[in-house]
Amino acid sequence: MASVNVPDGLRYTKDHEWAKNEAGKVRVGVTAFAVEQLGDITLVELPKVGTKVEAGKTFGTVESVKTLSDLYAPLSGTVVAVNDDLASHPEYVNDGAYDKGWMVVIEASDASQLDALLDPEAYKKHLAESDH
Amino acid sequence: MVPFAGWEMPVQYSGLVDEHHAVRKAAGLFDVSHMGELDLRGEHAIAVVNYLVTNDISKLEDGHAIYTLCCNPEGGVHDDLIVYKAAHDRVLVVCNGANRDKIVGVFAKAAKDHCEFVDRTDETALIALQGPKAWDILAKAGDVSALAKKPAYSFDEARLFNVDCTVARTGYTGEDGCEIFMPWGEAEKVWNALLEIGKEHGLKPCGLGCRDTLRLECKMPLYGQELAEDINPLEAALSWAVKFDKGDFVGRAALLAAKEKGLSRKLVGLEMVGRGIARHGYDLRGAEGGEKIGFVTSGSPSPTLGKNIGLGYVPADKSAIGQKLFVDCRGKDVEAVVVKTPFYKRAGR
Repeated sequence: MASVNVPDGLRYTKDHEWAKNEAGKVRVGVTAFAVEQLGDITLVELPKVGTKVEAGKTFGTVESVKTLSDLYAPLSGTVVAVNDDLASHPEYVNDGAYDKGWMVVIEASDASQLDALLDPEAYKKHLAESDH
Repeated sequence: MVPFAGWEMPVQYSGLVDEHHAVRKAAGLFDVSHMGELDLRGEHAIAVVNYLVTNDISKLEDGHAIYTLCCNPEGGVHDDLIVYKAAHDRVLVVCNGANRDKIVGVFAKAAKDHCEFVDRTDETALIALQGPKAWDILAKAGDVSALAKKPAYSFDEARLFNVDCTVARTGYTGEDGCEIFMPWGEAEKVWNALLEIGKEHGLKPCGLGCRDTLRLECKMPLYGQELAEDINPLEAALSWAVKFDKGDFVGRAALLAAKEKGLSRKLVGLEMVGRGIARHGYDLRGAEGGEKIGFVTSGSPSPTLGKNIGLGYVPADKSAIGQKLFVDCRGKDVEAVVVKTPFYKRAGR
């Protein structure tokens, strides 16, 4: 899995979500590794703007042809933006996991939560360890 | 690779959807060596098998195979099988990998004192070559010209790449093609050689993932989902494979009683109307937020049709084409409609 794209400047969860700090607000999506595991994504269920999410709890689902996978919030806060394009274009997640496939923007209840997430090196290590 | 009934099996190679389309448009190669192969020999072999299964194999010609169920005494399904009649005293039974121990137990017990029984699963490999280009590819592997002219469910011996194989015109994808039995140790050679000669025809190695979407589009049942010990073949819309007039067989009395009483539930095809994908085990409701009236057995996006489809059991009075249902997609009721099946049928059949 060494070839999987893990961009610098993002934070990661062991459940394969990424989180990007944008001036206090945090953009969230799933990693290229998650996309590779899921295959062709056909349905993305996301919360509405204003929904409160809790770190480690599910905030939505991603379905591929084969399977359904929960999305886990990397941090607690309130959803302030949702990528509505994914309703009609779930394939955006396959095409651009780190850009047009973003899922929500969360206003963190406490911005320091980001520091508790994995940095790119730690996430790569996590991928290497779980690759059997 | 995922563990499956004690085997390590690939879910996908190049990608589920890519493999799915390869089988529908060109050809795909599946390693299905996890399937169980049971060998019964002797003058009573046919009678022994015929008593254990619902279809009538006594009328089967040599070199022909048949789909059948193997039921428990209550009429529920132990497994679905393909029975191959090689000669009047030789039968090969192919069962699902996950049911091998159970089916070996049932057949070994019935065979005792009546015919020879050998479980050949560990010494037999099975490779399925499926798709409209399958026979073009196979013709380059050996002389299969006679079999290529015979109808579906025929089988014959053939020498492919200098390996003695049994080639059967069977499959689990809804496309033309074959399944190839060979000695375990020869499988890697045959697999690699087929991929090599098939490349120019668009042949791709295929995993369990597309095997499931391909069979679902054709409404072929999967044991553990559409079929189970507490589901009978009549409910599963497989009454065509139950021959009450062939004489006694295990489950006959219970199935006859069920038939006379009238079926309480039926397997139906579903198409999602709302945004959602039905999955195995989801509840079916007659009205949004209403009571559970049935359950989903299989569901997936259909790569061929571009729709979300599924199969499920509902009460007989809710099984008509056009019936509106709701699938409880993890707490959200999504509208679905009962549709005609199979969802996909290949042209020219």
